[in-house]
Amino acid sequence: MTHAGNGGPRPETASAAAGDPRIGVYVCHCGSNIAGTVDVAAVRDWAATQLRSRGVVVAQDYRFMCSSLGQELIEREIREKGINRVVVAACSPHLHEGTFRTACEHAGLNPYLCELVSIREQDSWVHADRAAATEKAKAIVAGGVERVRHDAELVPLRVPIHPATLVVGGGIGGISAALELANAGYPVYLVEREPSLGGHMAQFDKTFPTLDCSACILTPRMVEAGSHPNITLLTYSEVERVEGYVGNFTVTIRRRARQVDESLCTGCGICWEKCPVAVIDTQFEAGLGYRKAIYVPFPQAVPKFPVIDRDNCTYYERGTCRACEKFCPPQAIRFDQDDELLTVDVGAIVLATGFRLFDARRVPQYGYGRLPNVFSSLEFERLSNAAGPTGGRVVLRDGVTEPRAVGIVHCVGSRDRAYNWYCSAICCMQSLKFAHLVRERTGATVYECYIDMRTPAKGYDEFYQRLIEEGTLFVRGKVAAISEGGPTPEEAGRLVIQVEDTLVGRQRRIPVDMVILSNALEPQADAREVAKRFGISCSLDGWMIERHPKLDPVATMTEGVFVAGAAQGPKDIPTTVAQGAAAAARVLGRIQQGEMALEPIRASVDAVRCSGCRICNNLCPFNAITFDEDRMSTEINPALCQGCGTCIAACPAGAISGTVFGTAQILSQIDGLLLRTAAATAEPAVSVQLEGVPA
Amino acid sequence: MTQDQLAPPAVADPGRGFLAEVVARAGTAARLELCIQCGVCGGSCPSADEMDQTPRTLFAMIRAGMREHVLRSTTPWLCVSCYRCTVRCPQGVQVTDVMYALKAMAVAQHTYLNATAADFSRAFVWNVETFGRSFEAGLSARHYLRHYLTRLPAVAPMGIGMLRSRRLRLLPPRRIRGIADLRRILVCAKALEAAA
Amino acid sequence: MTRYLYYPGCSMESNARAYRDSLAAIAGPLGIDLREIDDWNCCGATEYLGLSRLPAYALIARNLALAEQVRDGSEVLVASCSACFLNLSKANHAMAESAAFSAQVNEALAAGGLHYTPDAVKVRHLLDVIVREVGLDAVRRRVTRRLCGLKLAPYLGCMVPRPDYDGRWTDRERPSELDRLLVALGAEVVDYPLKTECCGGHMTQIGPETAFAMIRRLVDGAERADADLMVTVCPMCQMNIDAFQQEMNAHFRTSYQMPIVFFTQVIRLAFGIAPEALGFGRELVDARPALAHISDAPAPPPEPARVRRPPRPKGPALPMPVMPERGDGAT
Repeated sequence: MTHAGNGGPRPETASAAAGDPRIGVYVCHCGSNIAGTVDVAAVRDWAATQLRSRGVVVAQDYRFMCSSLGQELIEREIREKGINRVVVAACSPHLHEGTFRTACEHAGLNPYLCELVSIREQDSWVHADRAAATEKAKAIVAGGVERVRHDAELVPLRVPIHPATLVVGGGIGGISAALELANAGYPVYLVEREPSLGGHMAQFDKTFPTLDCSACILTPRMVEAGSHPNITLLTYSEVERVEGYVGNFTVTIRRRARQVDESLCTGCGICWEKCPVAVIDTQFEAGLGYRKAIYVPFPQAVPKFPVIDRDNCTYYERGTCRACEKFCPPQAIRFDQDDELLTVDVGAIVLATGFRLFDARRVPQYGYGRLPNVFSSLEFERLSNAAGPTGGRVVLRDGVTEPRAVGIVHCVGSRDRAYNWYCSAICCMQSLKFAHLVRERTGATVYECYIDMRTPAKGYDEFYQRLIEEGTLFVRGKVAAISEGGPTPEEAGRLVIQVEDTLVGRQRRIPVDMVILSNALEPQADAREVAKRFGISCSLDGWMIERHPKLDPVATMTEGVFVAGAAQGPKDIPTTVAQGAAAAARVLGRIQQGEMALEPIRASVDAVRCSGCRICNNLCPFNAITFDEDRMSTEINPALCQGCGTCIAACPAGAISGTVFGTAQILSQIDGLLLRTAAATAEPAVSVQLEGVPA
Repeated sequence: MTQDQLAPPAVADPGRGFLAEVVARAGTAARLELCIQCGVCGGSCPSADEMDQTPRTLFAMIRAGMREHVLRSTTPWLCVSCYRCTVRCPQGVQVTDVMYALKAMAVAQHTYLNATAADFSRAFVWNVETFGRSFEAGLSARHYLRHYLTRLPAVAPMGIGMLRSRRLRLLPPRRIRGIADLRRILVCAKALEAAA
Repeated sequence: MTRYLYYPGCSMESNARAYRDSLAAIAGPLGIDLREIDDWNCCGATEYLGLSRLPAYALIARNLALAEQVRDGSEVLVASCSACFLNLSKANHAMAESAAFSAQVNEALAAGGLHYTPDAVKVRHLLDVIVREVGLDAVRRRVTRRLCGLKLAPYLGCMVPRPDYDGRWTDRERPSELDRLLVALGAEVVDYPLKTECCGGHMTQIGPETAFAMIRRLVDGAERADADLMVTVCPMCQMNIDAFQQEMNAHFRTSYQMPIVFFTQVIRLAFGIAPEALGFGRELVDARPALAHISDAPAPPPEPARVRRPPRPKGPALPMPVMPERGDGAT
């Protein structure tokens, strides 16, 4: 039992808590959650007797330690019995560390002298053998006791909160968040990658389930965001670098050159009228329409200024043309304009970067990209849009023929382990909307092929009912294949949907003229990169991870960075808007406080022992480490440091130490877990069988 | 007896009994339990029209414990092992392997309705166990005489053509040298499977 | 010469002799040295699995074990027959996936003094080896007689592209490997959407009407696509479509005459391995008349460099989805 040549208990670290440790151990039953598997009384008695030599002066158990009565018990004993360190054996610190620390604080004890050890998640919930689970609980308590001996009194850092906020993503989620913040009177930087605000919602004609015109409800919000005195709108821009910490972020934004002087441009539109180059618009028109090389994505674009697409502009290709420049009345074209880097200070960040559409070519049996009359969901949105390439006429790829029968295919790339495991949440409702629009515009027969119909929100199932009444033909079955029709009269020249009608139990071949795929929603291609830039993480699928899936859905594990909308997972417009507002509310709460307390879990460098090797410099995930060239030593910014411990482990000179997770604390806790310290005093009867660990 | 004449399945809770039995036969890697009844298998199957149940229906019947109906179904015998369903299944169910297991169970319990397919498999396997190689001429001759006498006039030109182009050998293949070892391997495998 | 372990399978000895002979003729020029594993046994096709599981896998695994014993330098086991290829990879996959199952199979193998370590050999189909290992450039260099004017329907059937345990093909629905190989020979490849549809497999033996419907669909599709010949990689497909075409015609009162040959026969032809007509004629639907379509027209000029931005077409038609080149890792 030697490491670092150190036998026996470790020497105590200097502590502000005066005198010898007087430790109180409090074991929670958590109803039957813990007591059902762990003999709580035995753990209590064992701690009281076997750990007495380690400073335990009192051990108690209680049915619900987190209840007011449980907390009062701890507070009373701190006051009455002179307890100066507390170990609570209950649930995970994620849940109740704050509760018990606050209780200690109420009783006048520094809250960082309280340790919460988990005998629920790490013990009773994962074991069935009562005797072994009880022994394990004792070990966990012993670990907590050893650790708490090394705990020091700490004071949280207080940092000021900058009142401005960065909102990334100019779709409906980002617009909602930005407007809430701006209307509350605080400055917002709203950054959007595309030339205009609007996101996917701007591409839609109608929104489910009310079928209100998407542009009619979105445009006023875009205009408001574009002209709001508190909002600095940065379109055609991307965030390049984020430094700093909650309350004090410094963000570098690249404003891509529009090649247009915004102070002169009036948005008159003569430039794109005169531009001779037409290219397929894969972005806003989803590849179904054309735009010019100088363009605004759509007439209601905010801002109204066009951009020049340098990859397709003849001037950048051959050095001639300049038609736009020649005809521009205010002479606003600037071929020599360069990207600009802008640095702004903000206190909080809201990420509302949205989703991208699943590439249906990955499902070759559906023929997308090969069979002309197979359309993606976004293609159909543009096709049915009154401002789209066909003026809202639902026609085949030839641009003329109206379909007589249309098939709509659900779950394309969703709910399929070969592509995406998850349900894309919006596709059922979107497909019902498509069915309605097809019927309304063409009167065609509509077959809706679904696996399960999922309509669980306000007004959604009523919409499904409406579509049933409208005569949509529902076929329950995952479409097997879409192919060119055979030689028979009803199939010739058309498409055939091959599907098992699972409610009949037979394979069907349904001839149609057009197929609309309900593509899955996927994370943006660069979601992981963006998440990393902002110091947050993504799930296995690539969606940004919230702090808690139920109770903290818009915060992230990084203080001051919030997520809203489809960047966090597939969701519809109402939920996206709600999340944008929720994120704004969270930010406003912070701004109102003026300053905030940071957990004092920090690393610090002993400048004398630091050899200046710089090994730690690039390891810090929070960019908290800098190198002082004059003193030739590393420094850690305590406000940036999140206490992860990476640098502490990496330092070859042992010059970095951490609060709360100090070396002495961790090694002592391990000693405790292995009953090294207890064993020194306990009767030999105490033996813990932990697999793979020498007793 | 056809499917329709079978007694309705027992209403008593079949539990996972029959499902567990099929899974044990097909191997857990077949992932049969994961079926979400989407029907992509039945939609993809080239012989679905001739089956009395689509594969998906059969899987629902397995869950419902409808042993007799399942083991008398024509579905597994019409499977052509094309694996179309298997690669399209969103849950990764190895449909083809489940069909093999159902065939084997039907053979073991003699519940299949038409002997042609099972008989062909048995004859094929007999050849393999005897020679270590397949013996097409012997297999075909035996099979057509037994099951397709009426088909002989139609199929005769093919047989003659195959013989003439020396694509069919009338003599059985030479036994592989390791035939004794192979038989020992198969005997041992059968014993292991029976024990499981 | 690159050495490979080789498992021919029973069909190569009997009904697919044209496959065996043509492969023997082109192996040298392609630089592949196929070492047949000694005393291999039948893979059980699709029959043994339908009777019992463990014995079926043990039967297949004996071949894998024999291959493991002799692998030296080359761990790639090439199979030319689709069913054999599938069964060998299936057994390896099942054993690699489950240690418990692998132990059972090995217990059975031990009775014959054998043992197989999962993944000890890499099972690959001949087409995969030719396209990916030999490479289409090497194939192109060997072509002495471009098959200009010959319209071929590439037909893979089921068991080569599916279930594709090792993820080898460009995709499992419409893989492009065979098409690109045939194009490299100078032939014209027709769009054949039934490329990976089933030929009926053993249904010709146990449920002929089911099989005839499938065969009819395949030859009808090839005829509609204006193909001179179907080209396959599978003895079972070749047998069903070739040998049963006449019976199918009688059954439906049709008169299809769609020849089907092995891809190796076509390679042999393009390599100009004399005498030319040799290697054809074993088919019951004679392929030789179709060969007359080969013209001596000069090779078409290389495709002009892609226009960067096609002009906007006139008329109301909507553009097709923009298709970026799909990388498929093949030459």
